[in-house]
Amino acid sequence: MADRIDEIIKKHLNVQRDSLLPLLQDIQNDQGYLSEESITRIAASLGLSASQVYGVATFYDQFRFEPRGRFHIQICHGTACHINNSARIIQEAERLLKIKPGQTTRDGTFSLEIVNCMGACGLSPVMAINDSYYHGIAAEDLKEIIENCKVKISRL
Amino acid sequence: MTTTSENKLRELTDYVLLNAAPGQDILREDALSILRRDTVDRPVIYVGSGTCGMIAGATATLKAIHQYLEEKHIDAEVVEVGCIGLCIHEPMVDVQLPGRRRIAFSRITENKVEPLLDDILNYTVPSSYVIGQYSHPHHQAWDGVKLLAEMPYFRLQNRLVLKNCGIINPYSIEEYIARGGYRSLVRVLRNYSSDKVCDIVEESGLRGRGGGGFPTGRKWKTALNTADEERYLICNGDESDPGAFMDRALFEGDPHKLIEGTAIAAYAINAKKAFIYVRAEYAIAVERLQAAIDQAYEAGLLGHNILGSGYSLHLQVRKGAGAFVCGEETALISSIEGKRGMPRPKPPFPAWRGLFGKPTIINNVETLANIPAIIEHGPSWFSSMGTAGSKGTKVFALAGKISVTGLAEVNMGTSLKDLIYIIAGGVKEGKRLKAIQLGGPSGSCLPEKSLDVIIDYEALREAGTIMGSGGLVIMDEDTCMVDIAKFFADFLQRESCGKCIPCREGTRRMHEILENITKRPMNESGHETLERFKGVMQLENLADVIKDTSLCGLGQTAPNPLLSALKYFREEFEEHIFDRKCRAGVCKDLKVYTIDVEKCTGCTACAKKCPTTAIIGSPRVPHFIIEDKCIGCGICFDVCKFVAVLVK
Repeated sequence: MADRIDEIIKKHLNVQRDSLLPLLQDIQNDQGYLSEESITRIAASLGLSASQVYGVATFYDQFRFEPRGRFHIQICHGTACHINNSARIIQEAERLLKIKPGQTTRDGTFSLEIVNCMGACGLSPVMAINDSYYHGIAAEDLKEIIENCKVKISRL
Repeated sequence: MTTTSENKLRELTDYVLLNAAPGQDILREDALSILRRDTVDRPVIYVGSGTCGMIAGATATLKAIHQYLEEKHIDAEVVEVGCIGLCIHEPMVDVQLPGRRRIAFSRITENKVEPLLDDILNYTVPSSYVIGQYSHPHHQAWDGVKLLAEMPYFRLQNRLVLKNCGIINPYSIEEYIARGGYRSLVRVLRNYSSDKVCDIVEESGLRGRGGGGFPTGRKWKTALNTADEERYLICNGDESDPGAFMDRALFEGDPHKLIEGTAIAAYAINAKKAFIYVRAEYAIAVERLQAAIDQAYEAGLLGHNILGSGYSLHLQVRKGAGAFVCGEETALISSIEGKRGMPRPKPPFPAWRGLFGKPTIINNVETLANIPAIIEHGPSWFSSMGTAGSKGTKVFALAGKISVTGLAEVNMGTSLKDLIYIIAGGVKEGKRLKAIQLGGPSGSCLPEKSLDVIIDYEALREAGTIMGSGGLVIMDEDTCMVDIAKFFADFLQRESCGKCIPCREGTRRMHEILENITKRPMNESGHETLERFKGVMQLENLADVIKDTSLCGLGQTAPNPLLSALKYFREEFEEHIFDRKCRAGVCKDLKVYTIDVEKCTGCTACAKKCPTTAIIGSPRVPHFIIEDKCIGCGICFDVCKFVAVLVK
């Protein structure tokens, strides 16, 4: 893993302070999250302290510090989605998965994230599980969608 | 080393843009006509593949189309286009048969691909899917199919910025050039000085489309006249207003227009380096934009010594990392510099001292996308559209409880009524319009009586809102305005960067007070009630303080949604506070549950499930809910088999 992080850092030519965000983004894309090790390695390559890097990373919503679940559920909570009842969908997801937004289930199957806006307001409410999208859904549909994910896991 | 594709591209730019072989205009026109698909020798199938199309299922549709063509051995071209703006019809598929007009179909999910293509490839129009046909002077029209341009949705629009969106292949620079693209950049590089470009843009009356409405030309001049060796241009595509998606549509549908606009703006302020800052959440947008930039480099339209003019420009995409405050200029600069996205006091304005301490201009995506057309048609053409103070057009993202959701570009001066009732077809399911939310979390909600307000920076400000970036969310009678105010307060307190106290603490208090209003109190007596009333009485005062004393735009505009809701929907707040009632039935804590004694059989199902033992009664005798103990969870309502639990 350490080698992989170094490899990504090396890909960025001429790393300077303003390469910090692209670096964090690339590493998260590759690893799924930012581990302690990646933070310290980035800090070393930029000549910053780990706390400075951590301070920047925690400022932005995009960065995660623990691995996400096999099924990463993103529920949009923009204005249009809110008007079309996405708050109830979020509540239902919390109830079904027994986790809060930002958490991962203990078995590592599901993680839940609330996003500000996916930019598909015309189809609201919108939800994504990994790369598949759902639109115009109601809270009642959620149970079936989650059950389907569980079936997929059991087949593997 | 140059590749073949690069050579071909260079040939095209030399030939078309630089007029390298004069006298061969007819030949050139022929080649461009093919690129514009004026004549096609095989069927062309266009699939709307913007984010909204993808979410609606365009990926599966595309796969089904390829499979269909392969199975039936049909030679056809499949083109992925951006979004034309009719989100409600996604996934949209257009078909153009040789000699016939292009025709658009609605909601073609994968199972509809076969029936659609079976019909249309045999020159029959499947009437249940059709939306309309495009206009074209030389193509034969389809009988009985209405023209898209005559539909209410398109009729009142004036598509300048969105002209190519959903029409051309965003991955093809050739198609953009064939439709007149990059001519303005060439003209600027060859004929105009930086000063002249600033003059033209100032004369056109173009104002920033990001919300502030500052005259673009004047802003450019400030940076141009600030003495420094280096200057930067930033295109602000951090579209984090929930409810706005026009920048995304442009990135995905016509990225070259934005690149051309950015290059002209960079030339106008004499910047050698430019950045396009895009939300990381817009994955497709980032990919298409990057591909377009790579092509522009290949074609020699970006990079060192552009088309031999001596002017060099390096353009880079920077991905935002999900912070609403980064839409603010100085916060965005910090973010690009690799720091926490926190704003700093102005002045010094970024035009004097911005990115890396150098003069920097930050323009909104839509502003820059207007530039090529202004250069092409001249400033007086642009200023002939719109009102006295606001020129040109504005793109709106229509969402919420509205019949036709999507993007619409209208002339400034169009009334909200026309936009909502004619273009977007009115409120969904014939319900009553309650409020129009404009400008996202920095804007405000207008009531129904403001429908006659026209789209104009000053008129909207007078009506108590802002133009904003163009998100327009419609709310009907089922929406609770207190809940909306709470939603925005919650959003803003989460997105506040925490640098200045009025915003960090103020937005949080604002949210707490609103939460209290919508929460069911455990008891209505004593201290808690007093606290609630105290909070309510101070709400307006608090909002004013946040507005007056915050550091940046986020804080200064944070109370807007609340203040406008208080101004126009005060009686709803009063109902929540005094009567503990939510007329829209949204605030679930305020619902009162009672048991209908006539219907209750005394089965005890509800009493057993009640988490607070608020339901009392003996078996086979009608039960009763103690209001003070009830927490309004609604479990009794769900478990009752006799519909005896009533909600008020």
